[in-house]
Amino acid sequence: MILEPRGNMRRDGNMGLSEKLWHVSWSLVLLITLVAAIGFFMLYSAADGHISPWANKQMVRFAIGLLIMIVVALIDVRFWMRQAYVIYGVALILLIAVDLFGTIGMGAQRWINLGVIQIQPSEIMKIALVLALARYFHGASHEDIGRPLFLLPAIALVFLPAGLVVVQPDLGTAILLILGSGATFFLAGVRLWKFGLLISLGVGAIPVGWQFLRDYQKNRILTFLNPENDPLGAGYHITQSKIALGSGGVFGKGFMQGTQSHLNYLPEKHTDFIFTMFSEEFGMVGGVMLLILYACLIAYGYAIALRSRSHFGRLVAMGITNTFFLYVFINIAMVMGLLPVVGVPLPLISYGGTAMLTLLFGFGLMIGVYVHRDVNMGRRGASDDV
Amino acid sequence: MSRAADRNKVFSRRATLLAGGKLLLLTSLAGRMYYLQVLEREKFETLAEENRISLRLLAPQRGRILDRFGVPLAINQENYRMLLVPEQATDIEATLEAASEIIPLSDHEKSKILREAKRRRSFMPVTVRENLTWNDVARVELNAADLPGCMIDVGQSRFYPKSDKFSHVLGYVSVVSEQDLTGDPLLELPGFRIGKAGAERVHDMALRGKGGNTQLEVNALGRVIRELARNEGQPGAEVRLTIDASLQEYAYQRLGEQSGACVVMDIHSGQVLVLASTPGYDPNAFAQGLNAEQWKDLTQHPRAPLLNKCIAGQYAPGSTFKMMVALAALEHNVLSPDFSVHCTGHVELGNAVFHCWKKEGHGHVDMLHGLMYSCDSYFYEISKRVGIDRIADMAKRFGLGTNLDIDLIGEKPGLVPNREWKQRNLRSSWSQGETLVAGIGQGYMLTTPLQLAAMTARIANGGFAVRPRLTYEVATGPESSPLPAPSYPSIPMNKANLAIVRKGMRLVVNEPGGTALGARLANPNWIMCGKTGTAQVRRITLRERDTGVKKNEELPWKERDHALFVAYAPDDDPKYAIAVIVEHGGGGSAVAAPIARDVMTETLRRDPVSDGARDRFAYVPGQENDG
Repeated sequence: MILEPRGNMRRDGNMGLSEKLWHVSWSLVLLITLVAAIGFFMLYSAADGHISPWANKQMVRFAIGLLIMIVVALIDVRFWMRQAYVIYGVALILLIAVDLFGTIGMGAQRWINLGVIQIQPSEIMKIALVLALARYFHGASHEDIGRPLFLLPAIALVFLPAGLVVVQPDLGTAILLILGSGATFFLAGVRLWKFGLLISLGVGAIPVGWQFLRDYQKNRILTFLNPENDPLGAGYHITQSKIALGSGGVFGKGFMQGTQSHLNYLPEKHTDFIFTMFSEEFGMVGGVMLLILYACLIAYGYAIALRSRSHFGRLVAMGITNTFFLYVFINIAMVMGLLPVVGVPLPLISYGGTAMLTLLFGFGLMIGVYVHRDVNMGRRGASDDV
Repeated sequence: MSRAADRNKVFSRRATLLAGGKLLLLTSLAGRMYYLQVLEREKFETLAEENRISLRLLAPQRGRILDRFGVPLAINQENYRMLLVPEQATDIEATLEAASEIIPLSDHEKSKILREAKRRRSFMPVTVRENLTWNDVARVELNAADLPGCMIDVGQSRFYPKSDKFSHVLGYVSVVSEQDLTGDPLLELPGFRIGKAGAERVHDMALRGKGGNTQLEVNALGRVIRELARNEGQPGAEVRLTIDASLQEYAYQRLGEQSGACVVMDIHSGQVLVLASTPGYDPNAFAQGLNAEQWKDLTQHPRAPLLNKCIAGQYAPGSTFKMMVALAALEHNVLSPDFSVHCTGHVELGNAVFHCWKKEGHGHVDMLHGLMYSCDSYFYEISKRVGIDRIADMAKRFGLGTNLDIDLIGEKPGLVPNREWKQRNLRSSWSQGETLVAGIGQGYMLTTPLQLAAMTARIANGGFAVRPRLTYEVATGPESSPLPAPSYPSIPMNKANLAIVRKGMRLVVNEPGGTALGARLANPNWIMCGKTGTAQVRRITLRERDTGVKKNEELPWKERDHALFVAYAPDDDPKYAIAVIVEHGGGGSAVAAPIARDVMTETLRRDPVSDGARDRFAYVPGQENDG
């Protein structure tokens, strides 16, 4: 072993709590809080200048989430490495359970009621899949990656939960899982032609898959393709969202002055369409600034990934970053009429506890990777196992 | 290590690629923002405003209708009404059910309201009931919670203070029917009324005014958040009629229970001072909405209250037509005024016998006495010599048998027959006997009281083709001026002949033996000239002639003669012409002439000239510019 700098040696599993806290990327925490704060203001505006019912609850959730994030960040990455498959397994069982016994909400079975809290296994799966794939590829050599047979279990890891989510039915989450995992495969070094093959297979399956889609999902896709077709029905959301955005102009109508939002022409303004309200009130200037803030968060993810010594850490950081990016892109593209309405919230801003907790948990893992960036990791997650 | 390094290199390269892809996608989002928020901004701003702003119409106040002196004849009153906004009522039928607990609504009314609600846009209020009492208003407000979508609105409703006396002149306003919808959104306002008859209809557009609007900010559910701007619109113009309200009331009352008509007009300007038709109807009932029974009563009433007999009642003119025959004879030099006929009580023509109203005959009669006695034999003789075509031609010059285009709807043209008319319409040739019948204003001949008044006016004013008119001014603003008095063309004829006819008409009323001597004016300064007429509405058979013609009193009402009288006054400087008809009233001298006498007396009494003041309304030829 080559002699390593002393500072790096300290960032192994034996760091003390205060040392770990010292290494937490507080600037990232601040950035996250900043974006979330924008969300609080928008929820305040969405309630016509009232802190309830949304802004106050969201703030409490964010505070809890922030705490969870720090705790997660302080846990040794090797723990997550070791438990990756276990977590994945639990998430998978929960997904199966929700399909069998779940509560129906918004036309889909997504929730499991545990009496005290309701959990959404598909959210857990978003993190669990990142962890499981990171672990799978952590131990893989370049040659392994080249072998198609080696990739099959990983593909199964993706499509098993994706399939379970589709039948809930929650197409949006399934797409997020597949695209996020695809990025991980890509980063792990899977050859591009294999993606090509898979994509062409997928495209070929569209006509078949179409028949399995629920009517509302078909409607959403058709409406996306031609929103003016049904301006008072399914196309209403997209049309009104575009009107709100467009009428915001360059500088917006001003905080709490969005007519489309405040007169309720804009649907779901506190959840999926919150970006529209933000852009109506703060214009293109506000919208682009928010995009830059998101880009900064994503850049942090890259910085953390590139500085991690372990492949697992890199893949986890990138997995979280990719998922985050997908949320941002799909949501904003959706409200601007570039993608069908798939029900993906705007990360850190949209009202909703589960998504917030999932995201902050993910950021916790990312920060954890940063805190433990110099930890040596064997194939199974032990520091001495080379 | 090298394997790990390879893997790291691949990872870094691919992470960079992925980062590039993300940057590209985020940039595309910014590009989309640019497209929507900069390039397409105006379009979306417009759409957002269209979403947000709802333009609602405000009904303009309908203009009043006044008489020539400014006495209000049609006004607006505050009216509390209950409206129902369909989109705010969760269940319209349930709401109506609840509403009828407070204001009893018949099933017919309910279905009418439901129909209205379906026809209009869901946010347009529908009138449930108008003219609510204070008590009703209070009870509706008290039970507002049980009446979702209902509201009380203060509107304006039309009120006709003089009720039936002006019904035919004013007409009435009523709810907008399906056929009336022209796309003008004003017409869709709840409770909006438009003129359906009379002056209300003729001047409807001017009276209506221009609708204002209010810009309301509404949310996605249609709830009004606030008012952004308001444009009050323009109230309707005031219309002043040429009618003299008190005179009209007098004439209406003078006709009384009879079914009749009375027209008084200025012989120079054509301004109509009285246009009374009895019986009238209450236009307020129309404004409030008639029920089926009221409607049936009105339409099936034997004396036809809905008919404006002045302009749409067509009657044989009877002897009032004799001036036309005399003028035609003189105009064509068929005979001189001195031409005399020996009346034996009847005239024979071939196998037919034509009777004079005086069975024993008038003896020797010249033109003046022919008019004075209204001797039928005399006019049989001269019409036989003049011929129907020349008689008809003269009658048309005096306004008979043609529309006079008074500013009312429903004027009837009457009928002055000639050879060509008979050939064309009855496909048979004119017989001379028909000329004789026409010569005493019977047969096919039909005229309206308005035409008879105009004819008399033209005789009195020296042969100017005056036309009756009813509109004095339409005041759109404070400084509007009266309609200019039209100058009427002179009738092409020998005007000297008019003096002879006028002299005859003077004898009728003022000379012992004249048929209307009883109708001469009491005031010796005022001389009225006129002509009686009795129009037979049934055929008198030969047998009846033998047994004695039945007196009117012996006949059922429908078979009695129409009584007519036309006149003008004063004789030295004629100003007013009058025509009176009493349907099935009996003889013109006994029934119509006294009414004309009384109305003319009142007319002259009101004439400002007789009080030494120049009537600012009357048209005096040649003096228009004297101020």
